[in-house]
Amino acid sequence: MVYYEDIIESAEISALVKYPTTMQLVKYAGASGDFYQVHYDKDFAVASGLPGVIVHGWLALAFLGQMVTDWLGDGGTLLKLNGSYRGINKVNEDIICNGKITKKYVEDGRNLVRLEIWAENPQGEKTVTGFAVVALPSREKPP
Amino acid sequence: MTDSVITEELNALLNVDFPPEVYEIEKGMLRRFAEAIDDPNPRWLKEAPPTFAAALVPRQLLHKLFSADIPLKRLLNGTSELEYLKPIKAGDVISVTAKLTRLRQVAGAQGPTLFMFTEVVYTNQRGETVIKGKNTYIKY
Repeated sequence: MVYYEDIIESAEISALVKYPTTMQLVKYAGASGDFYQVHYDKDFAVASGLPGVIVHGWLALAFLGQMVTDWLGDGGTLLKLNGSYRGINKVNEDIICNGKITKKYVEDGRNLVRLEIWAENPQGEKTVTGFAVVALPSREKPP
Repeated sequence: MTDSVITEELNALLNVDFPPEVYEIEKGMLRRFAEAIDDPNPRWLKEAPPTFAAALVPRQLLHKLFSADIPLKRLLNGTSELEYLKPIKAGDVISVTAKLTRLRQVAGAQGPTLFMFTEVVYTNQRGETVIKGKNTYIKY
């Protein structure tokens, strides 16, 4: 359990590394209804000017969401998740998810924490950048 | 001076409210989504994971946006933002309403780029807003 009192600004949370395969992208296409061919049809992706099949932006954001909810555990609540898609994550490559605490503050009686979150490809390029806002329990007032 | 790619067809969609699209949230749907994002947290068998809203697609609006007859054919997802007000749980019935709020054309390195800004509201069977979403789509 993460408590508000334990939060240190500028600390990083545990990174999460994912390795999406073509099969996972097909599963994601089915589960989300996003059947844009750049996510499973290599010929189509190349004809669209891409280096090959690319990961759904929403799927990369799902990985960032998992990183945040894994860190939160059962005590905290995710209030906001934001991601801008700035680069390409290719299929069959690591996606490295990172998060860093940028601010802790109390608002409307709630203990809030804002994190900068980002995903990188193996070349170290930031492919998704965004933020999350979470509410955390306090040691004085556990959930 | 670059010609505008924002056609009357697109402009006519601005701030139009489409009828709600209704999704019944079944356990199997949550399980398949959790498997697809490869998130083993058992919590997601009963409750929707953070980006599950991506599966609750406002089809009417997106179909019109993506099939609009404009010279820019390539599509990218720009930004997604979700604000969580209440959890979505198995058994919920979620109504999705979406609208196009803004169109913006910029001159990119490879020619004109069009940003399409949308807002989506997800409401449960009790009339409670569960998620507010903002998405930007890019045509180039």
